[in-house]
Amino acid sequence: MYKVGIDVGAKNIKIVVMKDGEVIAKDQCLAGFETKENTLSLYQKILESANISESDVSKITATGSGKKAAYFAQNSITEVTAAAKGATSLYPSAHSIIDVGAEEGKSIRCDGNGKIVDFALNEKCAAGAGAFIESMGRALELPIEQFGELSMQSDKEIPMNAQCAVFAESEVVSLMHAKTEKKDIAKAVNDAVASRITSMTRKVGFEKDIVLIGGMAKNTGFVQALKKGLETDIILAKDPEYISAIGAAIYND
Amino acid sequence: MAKEFWRWKEYNWKSENINWNNGAIITGGVDVGSVSSQAVVLVGGELFAYSSMRTGSDSPMSAVNSMNWALEGTGMTLENIKYVVGTGYGRVNVPFANKTITEIACHARGANLMYGNSVRTILDMGGQDCKAIRCDEKGKVTNFLMNDKCAAGTGRGMEVFADLLSVPIEDVGELSFYVEEEPPPVSSTCVVFAKTEATGLLREGWHKNKVIAAYCSAMAHRVVSLLERIGVEDDFVITGGIAKNVGVVRRIAKEIGIKTLETEYDSQIAGALGAALFARSLAEKGK
Amino acid sequence: MIANFGYKDGSGDFYIIIDTDKCNGCGDCVPVCPAGILEVRDNEYDPMADDLMAAVKEEFRKKIKYSCSPCKPDNIDYTLPCVKACQFDAITHSW
Ligand code: SF4
Ligand code: SF4
Repeated sequence: MYKVGIDVGAKNIKIVVMKDGEVIAKDQCLAGFETKENTLSLYQKILESANISESDVSKITATGSGKKAAYFAQNSITEVTAAAKGATSLYPSAHSIIDVGAEEGKSIRCDGNGKIVDFALNEKCAAGAGAFIESMGRALELPIEQFGELSMQSDKEIPMNAQCAVFAESEVVSLMHAKTEKKDIAKAVNDAVASRITSMTRKVGFEKDIVLIGGMAKNTGFVQALKKGLETDIILAKDPEYISAIGAAIYND
Repeated sequence: MAKEFWRWKEYNWKSENINWNNGAIITGGVDVGSVSSQAVVLVGGELFAYSSMRTGSDSPMSAVNSMNWALEGTGMTLENIKYVVGTGYGRVNVPFANKTITEIACHARGANLMYGNSVRTILDMGGQDCKAIRCDEKGKVTNFLMNDKCAAGTGRGMEVFADLLSVPIEDVGELSFYVEEEPPPVSSTCVVFAKTEATGLLREGWHKNKVIAAYCSAMAHRVVSLLERIGVEDDFVITGGIAKNVGVVRRIAKEIGIKTLETEYDSQIAGALGAALFARSLAEKGK
Repeated sequence: MIANFGYKDGSGDFYIIIDTDKCNGCGDCVPVCPAGILEVRDNEYDPMADDLMAAVKEEFRKKIKYSCSPCKPDNIDYTLPCVKACQFDAITHSW
């Protein structure tokens, strides 16, 4: 029998199909505005491409800020639980999990057995999440996929004065007018978000191993800045954006 | 930012019946804001001339220009002014200022003269910040807070929104009342998230005006929560760019149940006026 | 005067509040702050006054949530160094 985990995030929907603890199929799409419809069609698409019939699925568990959109799921669990479950099952040595997605940053501390000891969320302000980088990417005309790479080429430290995503956009524009190189601005932006995540993580406390999950784990420049901020190494989860969906799928196994 | 925010009218004014050469002390105040700059000249503490214009990219130039414009046609020159105080976000860029003072102090002092000494609470909503000030009958600050970190509750936030809906910023207030019933406020405070939320509402088939109403009331609600931190006591006045947005102003008044006071002066000059009043006190004190 | 230094953003209210009627500008709070965000200065909000007061330095006013976070570990009972150092109870925090 198959188990399905659905993570309906602010920006993307991620779905995994699992069997005996292994990921059989996974896919993602934009949440868009018809989130319900998109969730269902992504689910059907995955089953179809993996040649699985709906009756072979024993359990569907939803998570993520838009989990209600997965109305056909039998259970739902919180984002914190899903992140912790997913990360500790794949990386049993994990004591700290940092999850940075489009609209939310989380820092979770676990004991050695995957039980959550403490956590902090940075939500409701775009300044501490991927949305910040995305806004700046728009101003810089730089696709987010290239943000990390480009920022790695810079060794300048330009502090960003603006904290808010809206004001920072104007600051980026004036930096561009002042002929600051794109790579230096990209680094400044990554550094700014990393410093917010660092302070949140320090607040809950952290312990090795630290696993980074969520879409921002793909931004190498951000990862580097985060390592520097925490003064320690970080394990980058493989397919970081799917970890919470995996956590949902295997929850209560 | 290339785009302008509120369509400020630029203007100057001078008194017809004050003879500035009568030996009374002449002081000036210049308020260099992020969007507009004002200059005020007082003769013996009485309003003699003022001007208001957009702040250019060069703040020191804007300070000089606004003062020159206030003095235009008066026969007075900068040399005749004994003491000048600079205030506002660009206050360090007033080259001829004898001293700089925060806009919080200047606003309170200016409002005290403009609206009368019964003013106890001032809300100033500018392009990039929001200030809530309590003061006593002398215009002395007794409690204040300022928010320039977050764009929510500032003119900039409103601008982002007007942009998203392609509505001229000066029409936002009026349009927000063209709804059959008041919708619930947009739930996200953050401008970035509120934008996403609004796009969703439009897709759901909401009329533009309804979305605007939802945002105006969210903004009013947010500003009221700032006011609650310092407490509101009447008389209550609203100054700054958003004072011109009835959609927000009326919703604030409704939520706190206190009407705002009107003035014969332009509410824009409160900061510069306060600065000029301080200039007079400081000059007399020999500071 | 009650001076609220800080901000409110989407995630909450973050203010350090100085009561200038209680603060005498002694400066005891300044050295204890590990983040170095406090200073003693003239009263910016009352230019006619001569007394000094504690204030949050300008460059920290937009990010105190982050500057102060090491002093505020979650789930641990803490006393803030700045609050403790002030014998007149002039400093409070909103979060
Ligand atoms: S508008 Fe800016 S500061 Fe305010 S909540 Fe959003 S990103 Fe944060
Ligand atoms: S809480 Fe800590 S960092 Fe913040 S002002 Fe007080 S002593 Fe400084």
